[in-house]
Amino acid sequence: MAVDVKIPENMELVYTYPESLTEVSTHYCPGCTHGIVHRLVAEVLDELDIRERTIGVAPVGCSVLAYNYIKTDFVEAAHGRALAMATGLKRVNPDKIVFTYQGDGDLAAIGTAETVHAANRGELLTTIFINNAIYGMTGGQMAPTTLPGMVTTSSPLGRDCSIVGFPIKMSEILAQTEGAVYITRQSSAGLAAIRKLKKAIKRAFMVQLAGLGYACVEVLSTCPTNWNRDPWESIQWVEEEMPKYFPLGDYKVTDAVQALKVK
Amino acid sequence: MAKELLKGNVAFAEAALRYGLEAYFGYPITPQSEALEHLSKRMVEEGRVFLQAESEVAAVNMVYGAAAAGVRTMTSTSGPGFALMAEGLSYIAGSEVPAVFVNMQRGGPGLGNIQPSQADYFFMVKTAGHGDFHPIVLAPANIQEMIDMVGLAFDLAEKYRTLVYIAGDGSLGQMMESAELPPMQALPTERPDWAVTGCEGRDPNLITSLYLGAKNLEAVNLRLQAKLREIEENEIRYQEYEVEDAEILLVAYGTVGRICTTVVREARKAGLKVGLLRPQTLWPFPLARLRELAGQVKVMFVSEMNAGQMLEDVERAAAGQCPVKFYGRMGGVVPLTDEILNAVKQLAEEVR
Repeated sequence: MAVDVKIPENMELVYTYPESLTEVSTHYCPGCTHGIVHRLVAEVLDELDIRERTIGVAPVGCSVLAYNYIKTDFVEAAHGRALAMATGLKRVNPDKIVFTYQGDGDLAAIGTAETVHAANRGELLTTIFINNAIYGMTGGQMAPTTLPGMVTTSSPLGRDCSIVGFPIKMSEILAQTEGAVYITRQSSAGLAAIRKLKKAIKRAFMVQLAGLGYACVEVLSTCPTNWNRDPWESIQWVEEEMPKYFPLGDYKVTDAVQALKVK
Repeated sequence: MAKELLKGNVAFAEAALRYGLEAYFGYPITPQSEALEHLSKRMVEEGRVFLQAESEVAAVNMVYGAAAAGVRTMTSTSGPGFALMAEGLSYIAGSEVPAVFVNMQRGGPGLGNIQPSQADYFFMVKTAGHGDFHPIVLAPANIQEMIDMVGLAFDLAEKYRTLVYIAGDGSLGQMMESAELPPMQALPTERPDWAVTGCEGRDPNLITSLYLGAKNLEAVNLRLQAKLREIEENEIRYQEYEVEDAEILLVAYGTVGRICTTVVREARKAGLKVGLLRPQTLWPFPLARLRELAGQVKVMFVSEMNAGQMLEDVERAAAGQCPVKFYGRMGGVVPLTDEILNAVKQLAEEVR
């Protein structure tokens, strides 16, 4: 469904779709922050003028249809295999920009090996990692990142860490790999956080453009539908509860990455 | 090019490079590791992509990525590794990107052993992976044929945008014999128009196996099936040896097919009317030709290095027109010419 915007003659267009974002309504639920992150990626592709040389790798999860919204060449990977597929793509297209967009089940459970090894090889790839502590598309089951005590459809009594283990901290893990040069955890909740997030996403693409190494931006995100919270409560939960377990901030920034001037 | 003494694994790897392999991804597994080792040196020398993956799961998805980018790409493995690739194989089939896989089969199930086997026939021919699809499966019987089939595999993969498997076995990988490698082929300067290469000056391309909506996916299924029928129409390959007046028709492929050539020669010396049909494509299978021959011979005799897997396809082809007998060895045991010959002689007594 294209969005038809008519601008009255006495007004000026000051805000519109980035060129890299398709003008359609998304399938995402109200209050889901996938739409915000998609838009930020699209703005960054526009600002760096790389849309026509970028290849996206979509995951399995709610953002499986990311290619309907971000206007670049795209492939659809198997669940968890985005970074292996991206490795193949980038190695034969070294002059192209390849990014993966992955959720927590995809990147931090079924794809842990592919993720850690791509980072460790220092693949020249950019990952946008959506952490909303739940499996969204399959109906709200426990994720590798589900918080202790959190009720999901497969942990109805709350996550009991003595039985199922602990929420996995991927940014902390990836920061330990030699090949990763930029690892950061940001939030998609609140205007100030979104501005910082955009800067991080831009830096992560610039890292690849400069050929410095592997970059991953973890994004704390919402899932109102499966959290049984309304959009506003969800945003508050991301702001107040998630950072207690998943502290925001940079986990690895090499000197070369620090030296990049991100406008 | 002159003939040279080549080890099977090195031969197919070097042939792939000369046929324009641009990217190889693999994981070590016996009995095919020499291919990975050879390419780790040669691909780098030629300025091409070689990467040792963290697993076969990763390797197949790296192949998937490179295939989506429109370059000649492949991996090689053996049964346990091929099993790990099954997920990716299905995605590649659903996405219709060309890719080549070599399986140097070993004894199974489980870890089994590292001796030659044909125990992955069902797995390769009846599709390793979920969903409705068929790969093309080529079955070389000697190193020269394996070299030639690497080129054929790339051509067929690209012609039909499909998966092509080469069904080798441990002996084909490990043996040495004299064979001729192809000349070095120039790499293409352009990528196919469907490939993902960045959407400069065009609408974005999408490589996916996801089709939401039952009717949408069924339309894709029907198109894939139509392509498979076209492959069945055009790409069945087999060799016949002394079948004209044969009363006993041997049916065997790969290493056992080669052994059965000797069996036919020895049987003919003994005055027995024995012939051989050796399928070179296991899928598409020479069903119609075998059905025709089933009406002419007294009996068919299948031999495999497994418990009788192609046997089921031969029985399907024979469709009750003649009995179908079987002699197989398992566990990595390669049958000797005399073993099969004795079984054939005994059969000749029975059907006299």
